[in-house]
Amino acid sequence: MNLDARTPDGPIAEKWSRHKFTNKLVNPANRRKYHVIMVGTGLAGGSAAATLAEQGYNVTAFCYQDSPRRAHSIAAQGGINAAKNYQNDGDSVHRLFYDTVKGGDFRSREANVHRLSEVSANIIDQCVAQGVPFAREYGGLLANRSFGGAQVSRTFYARGATGQQLLLGAYSALSRQIGLGAVKMYNRHEMLDLVLVDGHAKGVVTRNLVTGEVKSWAADAVILATGGYSNVFYLSTNATGCNSIATMRAYKKGAGFANPCYTQIHPTCIPQSGDHQSKLTLMSESLRNDGRVWVPTDVADCEKPSHQIPEEARDYFLERKYPSFGNLAPRDIASRAAKEACDEGRGVGPGKRGVYLDFADAIQRLGASAIKERYGNLFDIYQRITGDSAYEKPMRIYPAPHYTMGGLWVDYNLQSTIPGLFVIGEANFSDHGANRLGASALMQGLADGYFVLPNTLPNYLAGEKPGSIDTGMEAFRQVEADVNAFTNKLLSINGNRTARSLHLELGRLMWEKCGMARNKAGLEEALQKIPEIREEFENNLKVVGTDKELNQELERAGRLSEFLNLAELMCHDALERDESCGGHFREEHQTDDGEAVRNDERFAHAAVWEYKGLGEKPVRHVEELGFKDVKLAIRSYK
Amino acid sequence: MNLKLKIWRQDETSGAGRFKDYEIRDVSPDSSFLEMLDLLNEKLVEAGESPVAFDSDCREGVCGMCSLTINGVPHGGHRGTTTCQLHMRSFNDGDTITIEPFRANAFPVLRDLVVDRGGFDEIIQAGGFITCRTGSSQDANEVPIPKPVADDAFDFAACIGCGACVAACKNASAMLFTGAKVAHLNTLPQGKAEKDRRTLAMVAKMDDAGFGNCRNYGECSAACPKEIPLDVIAKMNRDYAVASVKGIIGK
Repeated sequence: MNLDARTPDGPIAEKWSRHKFTNKLVNPANRRKYHVIMVGTGLAGGSAAATLAEQGYNVTAFCYQDSPRRAHSIAAQGGINAAKNYQNDGDSVHRLFYDTVKGGDFRSREANVHRLSEVSANIIDQCVAQGVPFAREYGGLLANRSFGGAQVSRTFYARGATGQQLLLGAYSALSRQIGLGAVKMYNRHEMLDLVLVDGHAKGVVTRNLVTGEVKSWAADAVILATGGYSNVFYLSTNATGCNSIATMRAYKKGAGFANPCYTQIHPTCIPQSGDHQSKLTLMSESLRNDGRVWVPTDVADCEKPSHQIPEEARDYFLERKYPSFGNLAPRDIASRAAKEACDEGRGVGPGKRGVYLDFADAIQRLGASAIKERYGNLFDIYQRITGDSAYEKPMRIYPAPHYTMGGLWVDYNLQSTIPGLFVIGEANFSDHGANRLGASALMQGLADGYFVLPNTLPNYLAGEKPGSIDTGMEAFRQVEADVNAFTNKLLSINGNRTARSLHLELGRLMWEKCGMARNKAGLEEALQKIPEIREEFENNLKVVGTDKELNQELERAGRLSEFLNLAELMCHDALERDESCGGHFREEHQTDDGEAVRNDERFAHAAVWEYKGLGEKPVRHVEELGFKDVKLAIRSYK
Repeated sequence: MNLKLKIWRQDETSGAGRFKDYEIRDVSPDSSFLEMLDLLNEKLVEAGESPVAFDSDCREGVCGMCSLTINGVPHGGHRGTTTCQLHMRSFNDGDTITIEPFRANAFPVLRDLVVDRGGFDEIIQAGGFITCRTGSSQDANEVPIPKPVADDAFDFAACIGCGACVAACKNASAMLFTGAKVAHLNTLPQGKAEKDRRTLAMVAKMDDAGFGNCRNYGECSAACPKEIPLDVIAKMNRDYAVASVKGIIGK
């Protein structure tokens, strides 16, 4: 497997400019001869499709939802980072770069992260020009707030719905191109496989989710913008439809899958209330600007209502353990601290798997109306789900799977190990290392889509003869036949277990053995059990209906088939990475006070997995990571 | 909780639909409305029957994918609440609940409770954007926007495109949806350059896509899970009139 990252030479601050200059270009008159396929139209896919179409390329785009406006980027609440330094508080491109590399626990590629920081400011300019209604101060200039892992205020926001407003911005740009005919948009279509011609990605096979029609599409390059895989845990903050079919099918066709064990467990989610639950809901990290996290110091107090516990009997454990970052400690650290408190029996609420996020001090200091202005819609969501008012008593929160830093391996051009297959947004592995900082997902999705891919894709296209591929080729017929055979297999098992019940079983196993904390014995146990669940899936699955109609059970079963494969891959990766770093916490590697202990000598690399066949152990390759501009150090937020 | 459900079943757009009765037992009051339907579907699949098709995705009230008319009201009639955020504690043990798709000629039923809201996308494609090529924008703080203007724009932009406004309207008018986008973009200084063109194009597309006329019933705003105010319709009418007059007398 060729893992040459193609990182340009030169000082880090000049790499991107030099690269843009040395990359090959396609002249404007020739662009219309090229076709590209975009799978997924959230922040990354939507912005990339719009920008490529503006440049003159023909884009065919797919999403599984009924409109690109619904992609799960929409649910991001708190904000988007950018190194604007509008607050004059010491921010710079270099500081955002430094914070992101450190926040990722030194497991990301420096050159990519620096580029991300460089283009961050352009994103804000672009979004404001599109009409994204960011929060403003009375003078009419943009407002900022703070997020975890940073000591500056660089987060731009639109109340608690920043993701929605940014996505609607990208969707409006995309819609304009659809209206102009430059983008052909296919809603309610799911990519079921990737087509390779002479080793290059040249097309996809999709299923129309309304009619069931299976169809091939040819292009000069394929871009995946299909998001993350937190739904492997069954319960996560992801939308119920988020899935890993596209990335896993690409992996099976030869794309390396990097760091699958890097998953982010978000500290502030509404705790689970029972087995009926289909998803977990996030409460934005921005709430930690004003909310204080605590549990009772004494286990005996846990059953009491919160207002009966006096100040001196409360343990504000983040402020105690991490005085310089306090409640804004990064996500992996805050999540583990909450788990630790609950493991000690000091959790609150049903099942005692919850900690308080308390706004009483902030309401006293700023007034309820100021808090309402900042977080009103989040408090409303909380009340709808739990029936409680966070103005009157503290929220109860608990960590939940939220984001996946792992994904398909890409080089500096965002190209996977398959030539012609590019991967952007959460679907790739590139920028966040082992832990993503808050408000950086929106930044990365839009950086990739608006500014990076449109400058790197032409370098590949320039070397390809446009329009040389058509769906009549044997390669397409073969993949279509494979897709149909797999669907027929799912429909013919006719057993007794629903896809949902099997997914629930897989999710519980993954949460227990490959969730917030992992150990060798647990991972080995999971690697024993996942094949058993897969066997049950293959022999006892029940899907009703046919493939020639809108069939949501069939969709669920297809998505689960790849979650099963991915779960196994995650456990292999977590087992082999015999260190703790960021979101990957191996219980064997911690300090006396429970902090993660990295092993830079053995693991300062990205682990990239190569598929070797169903049931076979995949092969692990490495991309060594060099840290020249940010010195490797123990990550401390104390 | 034990409940009786009357659910609209329809195999495909061209087929005839009908209500079918179901009984469901042991529903947790803490579950959401859609989780109650998940539970029903699990039972149906286990019994080899066809599950009820319905749309949902984020299940936290922001993607706009979920729909359903519940007991005659889009999203069930709780102020500012989408179906996915409606919880069963709002119902009583023994209730009979009627569940239908969003009804409108412009929203054909695809199956059971799933409808095609593609008309909304077409309205946005006609003019629901500010033309600005990626990379060509000035510094974000170049043009100060007074906070009240930005706040108004946000309120209008909060629309999730779910279609409840259309389903609630006797005439299946899309004025609230279209008005929200027109008001959002026309309010901001960045949106002024294309204001007239945008307004005329979006209104024309709205009529073209088969949505009905507005008669100021106000049901749309009452059903809107994001509480988009009726003012957006007045604002759009005003902008439309100005743009039309300019078109007649020249600029």
